[in-house]
Amino acid sequence: MADCGFVSTSLLLNAENIGGALIFLWTKLFFFFIIYDCLFHFFSSENRPAFIEGNWLLMKKRMVFCMVIGVLLLAACQVQDKVDSDVASGDAPTYYIQNKGSDTMVNLALYWAEEYQQEHTDVRISVTGGGSGTGITALLSNTVDIANASRPIKQEEIDAALVNGVVSVEHIVARDAIAVIVHPDNPVQNLTLQQVSDIYAGRIGNWSQLGGEDRPIVRLSRETNSGTHVYFLESVIRLGNNEDKTIFSADTLLLPSSEGIIAEVRDNPNAIGYDGLGYITDEVKVIAIAEDVSKGYVFPSVETVNQDLYPIARDLYMYTNGEPEGVIEAYLTYILSPAGQQIVEDLGFVPVQ
Amino acid sequence: MTGKKLTPKEWMITRSIQFSGFSSIIFVLLILYFLIAQGMPALTEVPLKSLFSVRWYPIESYFGILPLVLGSLVVTIGASIVAVPLGVLTAVYIAEIAPFWAKEILKPMVELLAGLPSVVLGFLGILVVSPFLRDVLHLPTGLTALSGSLLLGLIAVPTIVSISEDALNNVPDTYRHGALALGVTRWQMIWGVVVPAARSGILTAIMLGVGRTIGETMTVMMVTGNAPVMPESFEVLFMPIRTMTATIASEMGEVASGSPHYHVLFFIAVVLFVFTLIVNIVASKISFRKMNRSERILS
Repeated sequence: MADCGFVSTSLLLNAENIGGALIFLWTKLFFFFIIYDCLFHFFSSENRPAFIEGNWLLMKKRMVFCMVIGVLLLAACQVQDKVDSDVASGDAPTYYIQNKGSDTMVNLALYWAEEYQQEHTDVRISVTGGGSGTGITALLSNTVDIANASRPIKQEEIDAALVNGVVSVEHIVARDAIAVIVHPDNPVQNLTLQQVSDIYAGRIGNWSQLGGEDRPIVRLSRETNSGTHVYFLESVIRLGNNEDKTIFSADTLLLPSSEGIIAEVRDNPNAIGYDGLGYITDEVKVIAIAEDVSKGYVFPSVETVNQDLYPIARDLYMYTNGEPEGVIEAYLTYILSPAGQQIVEDLGFVPVQ
Repeated sequence: MTGKKLTPKEWMITRSIQFSGFSSIIFVLLILYFLIAQGMPALTEVPLKSLFSVRWYPIESYFGILPLVLGSLVVTIGASIVAVPLGVLTAVYIAEIAPFWAKEILKPMVELLAGLPSVVLGFLGILVVSPFLRDVLHLPTGLTALSGSLLLGLIAVPTIVSISEDALNNVPDTYRHGALALGVTRWQMIWGVVVPAARSGILTAIMLGVGRTIGETMTVMMVTGNAPVMPESFEVLFMPIRTMTATIASEMGEVASGSPHYHVLFFIAVVLFVFTLIVNIVASKISFRKMNRSERILS
């Protein structure tokens, strides 16, 4: 019986199959009950098992008993075993590409992989997230073919790679820029990074402190699970300083979607928001940002981002072990092709020219 | 049933019906088990002091759930203030006052409202309710607990109306006749006799409606702003708040399985479960209350 509990637990933990697992468990508990009931009948003086007799009270008692035992068993063998999510399907692919890394890029990488696999059915690309560090570490130990990273590889990582005989080769596959937006009627035109940081950390609370009208500032942000949120926190609010532990002001509105941010900024003259450059529509006003006043204010655009003038932008990288060859080279060529870069644009990133 | 042997076919039918009946108990137990199994580690992984602090920012390990719990309470109370009078009065109108043709239009309309997906209401909230509230009340933003309450009230109204209306219809006509025979006005009859007689049904309706609002997710996630502000005064109704349901919905998808954050989210789910359980227990206590003697004699 302990076996059954174990099997059903592992099944239940596989979220994709939760329905099936529940039916399985349900059936199991029922059979458990029948068996228990029959056994009980066997060793007692009853004529027939309660469930055949239709002895309702007795059945109830035993049913509860079985359920308690079942749940206890489940608790006893709560072992999380990994369920291989690799879904096998029709024709066997010839080439496998392992792609792992940055959570910011995981959607992008998935789209590329899906599109590419539709045209090349002999290639199977598996994409996983985990963060830039995870991806690069996996590349160092040579367990992935392509590592995604939203930051450049560090010198110590390059050295560690060489020790393992891995030569990391960098490919810039897309750029990520964040535009700061306000209501079209807001007179504020330019902000420095420091000012944006002060706004979001709660140190500035009124537009009049920034040369605007006397209105409270309503801060809008993406949810904490978005890569944009984390990038904004690290590079704008903390100004890239790792020691800084400043976080978003508690009254920052965390909206679940880009549309939510655009809609609120479009309608609300008090609001300030930020989002990936590709999501910005004409209905909102984009603020020119200066890293520091002396460097001048720059509007975000594909050109300024590619010329490295706009401060809230970063490159997105893919790293390979040595110069890519064969399938991997073909895949990277596809990514940098107009079709691949169109996906970059569709997902709100900036294409590489 | 004793002594009579069931044919195999009868046996099958009986068992499968019993089986379905028990399945709901099993499901609830299983859900409870998983909530507890995944939620309880939070108590050991996160210091209690931090868990009941006032700052929620999970990616930097601020796991204070108090603003979320109070946020849910604020929205629920706000929604009840909207939904209870509106729902009960609508039910009274439909059951007691409305002419036949109005009843025929109103009842399906209320049911239609019940079928409205909450995401649609949320969009309505973003596009209409919150800009309207911002302009009229001169608020910094319209994405506040108030807009959430108004929309959740709208979600609770159909539940309250249909159950209260049933309760009112179950009041025997002899009550109405008796009251009118004593010379009271129609209003006195409704408010003094019929509504009190249907009291337990109406209270059940209210509790079920409230239960619905506590668990509602999509609408609140879209319109309340989701800022984990600690409610400190009455003004919180006009400020953005973050509810437990919205937190779970928006963060569960991306959280690393087995991390403290993951367990804290399940812990929030346990708290939510306890809340709903309390509401449901109160509702069933009211509806299964034994009728008192006068009610028994009269009915």
